[in-house]
Amino acid sequence: MPKIETKNINLYYGDFHALKGITMSMEPKTVTALIGPSGCGKSTYLRIFNRMNDLIDNVKLSGFVLVDGQDIYEKGTKVDELRKNVGMVFQKPNPFPKSIFENVAYGMKVNGIKDTKYITQKVEQSLQQAALWDEVKDKLKKSAFELSGGQQQRLCIARALAVEPSILLMDEPASALDPLSTSKIEELIYELKKEYTIVIVTHNMQQAGRVSDKTAFFYLGELIEFDDTKIVFTNPKNTKTQNYITGRFG
Amino acid sequence: MELPKDIARKKRRNQSIAFWILRLISFSIVGILFSILGFIIVKGIGAISWKFLTSWPEDGMTKGGIFPCIIGTIYLIIGSMIFAFPIGVLSALYINEYSKKGWFKDFIRLMTDNLAGVPSIVFGLFGMSLFVNQLHFGASILAGSLTLGLLVLPIVIRTTEEALKSVPDMFRHGSMALGASKWQTTSKVILPIAYPNVITGLILSIGRVSGETAPILFTVAAYSLPKLPSSLKDQVMALPYHLYVVATSGTHVEESRGMAYGTALVLIVLVLIINLLANWLRKIFSKKVKMN
Amino acid sequence: MVSNLNKQLKDFKERFIEGILMVSGTVTTVAVLLIIIFLFKEGVSLFGKSPLENNISILVNEKNPLTAITAAQIKDISDQKITNWKQIGGADDSIILVTINELSTYYTDDQLGDNLQFVPDKVNELVGKTPGILGLFSTKNLGDKYTHKYLSIKDITIGSFLFGKQWFPTATPAAQMGILPLILGTLWVSFGAILFALPIGIAAAIYLAEIAGKRMRNTIKPIIELLSGIPSVVFGFFGLVVIVPIIQKLFHLDVGETGLAGSIVLAIMALPTIITVSEDAMRTTPRLMKEASLALGATQWQTIVRVIIPYSFSGISAAAILGIGRAIGETMAVIFVTGSANVIPHTLLQPMHTIPAVIAAELGEVSQGGRHYKALFALGCVLFIMTFIVNLIVQYIFSKRKHNQV
Repeated sequence: MPKIETKNINLYYGDFHALKGITMSMEPKTVTALIGPSGCGKSTYLRIFNRMNDLIDNVKLSGFVLVDGQDIYEKGTKVDELRKNVGMVFQKPNPFPKSIFENVAYGMKVNGIKDTKYITQKVEQSLQQAALWDEVKDKLKKSAFELSGGQQQRLCIARALAVEPSILLMDEPASALDPLSTSKIEELIYELKKEYTIVIVTHNMQQAGRVSDKTAFFYLGELIEFDDTKIVFTNPKNTKTQNYITGRFG
Repeated sequence: MELPKDIARKKRRNQSIAFWILRLISFSIVGILFSILGFIIVKGIGAISWKFLTSWPEDGMTKGGIFPCIIGTIYLIIGSMIFAFPIGVLSALYINEYSKKGWFKDFIRLMTDNLAGVPSIVFGLFGMSLFVNQLHFGASILAGSLTLGLLVLPIVIRTTEEALKSVPDMFRHGSMALGASKWQTTSKVILPIAYPNVITGLILSIGRVSGETAPILFTVAAYSLPKLPSSLKDQVMALPYHLYVVATSGTHVEESRGMAYGTALVLIVLVLIINLLANWLRKIFSKKVKMN
Repeated sequence: MVSNLNKQLKDFKERFIEGILMVSGTVTTVAVLLIIIFLFKEGVSLFGKSPLENNISILVNEKNPLTAITAAQIKDISDQKITNWKQIGGADDSIILVTINELSTYYTDDQLGDNLQFVPDKVNELVGKTPGILGLFSTKNLGDKYTHKYLSIKDITIGSFLFGKQWFPTATPAAQMGILPLILGTLWVSFGAILFALPIGIAAAIYLAEIAGKRMRNTIKPIIELLSGIPSVVFGFFGLVVIVPIIQKLFHLDVGETGLAGSIVLAIMALPTIITVSEDAMRTTPRLMKEASLALGATQWQTIVRVIIPYSFSGISAAAILGIGRAIGETMAVIFVTGSANVIPHTLLQPMHTIPAVIAAELGEVSQGGRHYKALFALGCVLFIMTFIVNLIVQYIFSKRKHNQV
């Protein structure tokens, strides 16, 4: 059974038709890259999986979104439970104005975990998974704002991992970072793939090529092409895809 | 670690309880406003008549009308605006269009904020000391208008500044690029675009002036006058002051309650009309600007 | 040539206009400075003055061992709370208070003369033969006939003004100029008001900023702003006829005019300020931060409590301080409902007086340039300083917030 499946998704911002009949599915423990020029709907599509679009006024959605075979837009779906299961990393690092420790512990605390021993362990484990532990283990009480941009982003990844999601959504996670930090994040994604299903939006073709198993190309709200990354990058079927990948527009 | 099973439900229950409480509190604030308005309207509507608005108080302010108070308030509005409006607008023009970024500008802004924070009774003291005594205006329309004018100056300046800030820089650059001078740009381009919001500021200041009591206590307001004022050196009766004296220090406090409710109603209606007018204008103008 | 002249004219005009604008630009600064000058000129001249009425001297018999007396003691003597010199450290002798009014009980009109020309002699005689006497006479009435002892009185100082426990500026012969009851009254009423207004205001701000739909917000917000347009004198009147009777019934009080009534009225008036400022602060919480919290499975309420409120804390505290400042300076709403009692308050359920209300109530009845007049200006100075400090704190918080957001 696919981990995530969407069937004929149409989404409107007011009158603007932002997603047009998207149907695709993602297998467990794979990395799927969503690529396409700005405004093509890839970020909007990503935000369907944890219902982040609910926060925007005037959004209309039709079609089915299944996570683990469950329709997440069914009436009575517990959105907070869904979001716990579907972690998200944002474009810009967005730590809370709290200590490093509190940032990672936040998700556990809001989900009702009070066992401090468990929380301490889990914070360490998540920071290790996010390859940040060695850099911050001596200053867990320090404000998260004292970290560099790349460290902050890995902190945000650790924060997402700490609530034990099975899916990780990444919205251009490295776009605000320097090349060195970017490569660290990419290594991390490669590691995380062993346990998580990852969907990543990226502007960076090389990045998509390096980290993903499958690639979906979006254009003007439509899914133009979706296939193994190798095929999309070496032998795209659609000329628009080819033009975009070779840098002729976008 | 599995999450505690009931936590998800508890979380959501807490949220809906909290939201209902917040909703309830917000609605009750609206309720407070309407109960104040409703109370004054219900109690005051009986006193309102054409005669009430156009005749003089009689029988120790237990009967008759509030005509001289309405006139006095109008005089004070006009007097204070003649002073505060032009100076306030010019001041805002200086701050927003002319002065350069730096300590001087920051200092002027700081002082404007501080002036806005000065309690109204202190304006009363100041007006009495400077205008009434030092400059020998006596308790008069002149002294009262100047005092009230100073009080609303920060409001005029702030609203004008907001209006000027909302004018995009492209208009300034466009005008300057055609060889217009700074003042030509300001007077022919910026002000005409900004003026609707400037007018809104004027109306808001009028609302404030018509309701202020403490600054006029010692600078202009009179308990009772035999005739309408004929010069700037005369005292006036005024609506808010009238409400104060009729409700507290008259000789027939109980008998004049009806007059007090009537005065309060007139005052509140006046201020509400002014505020609604300002809101309405703002809406209309903002639509117009968008269409441009 | 002509165009050159035109150009010069135009230049001159530009400079001239800029000059006028600059002068207008400084008008608020000038106003603040003038307010400070005139307030303090009148107010500060109170200090170093005798609390006694003009030219009054305190006359005692030579046998009296005291050399000085305080204004409070003179008041207690004339109120007959002190009747023996022993009570204030003198000899065991009952105090006989004599002023120009009492003189006729000692001497006949004939003895004092048709034009009271013999008064100085008689006063001198009376003080000389009465060991327990405390005479209060104008030096004008005495001429140079008086040969006995004077008591000195402590002048009004900033200390005695700020910390004196009695405000009784019209007391004769010695005015009581202690404003501690007024300062405390002002603080009680203002902090009481914030105690009510802050939780309610924050709740409404949260609702408007985070929960209410766009339409609901567009309905409620203008209504709340309308609340700030209602003149304070109307709030005061409403408090007098509605809130005061309710409080009287609710707490079974003799009078409903209490600090509590003032606090409630001020709380209603402070709400729009608190709501607007804290809502603005909450709205500056970056959307990314909210989303991060929600994406971790937090509910909206958890996000509000754990992310939005901590983030906007400084803005909310500025709202609270601003509200206190407004409440401290408010006059007309308070003057109706707090009961105007010049006593040091112990509970919100008793009548009290606030600084602005005292100024408003008393300034109309004082003689210009007198001590009472000056004392009211000194009160104005105290009020000005209190609100000025509040403003500076708020401005500091805002400038810091702005700085942090950049």
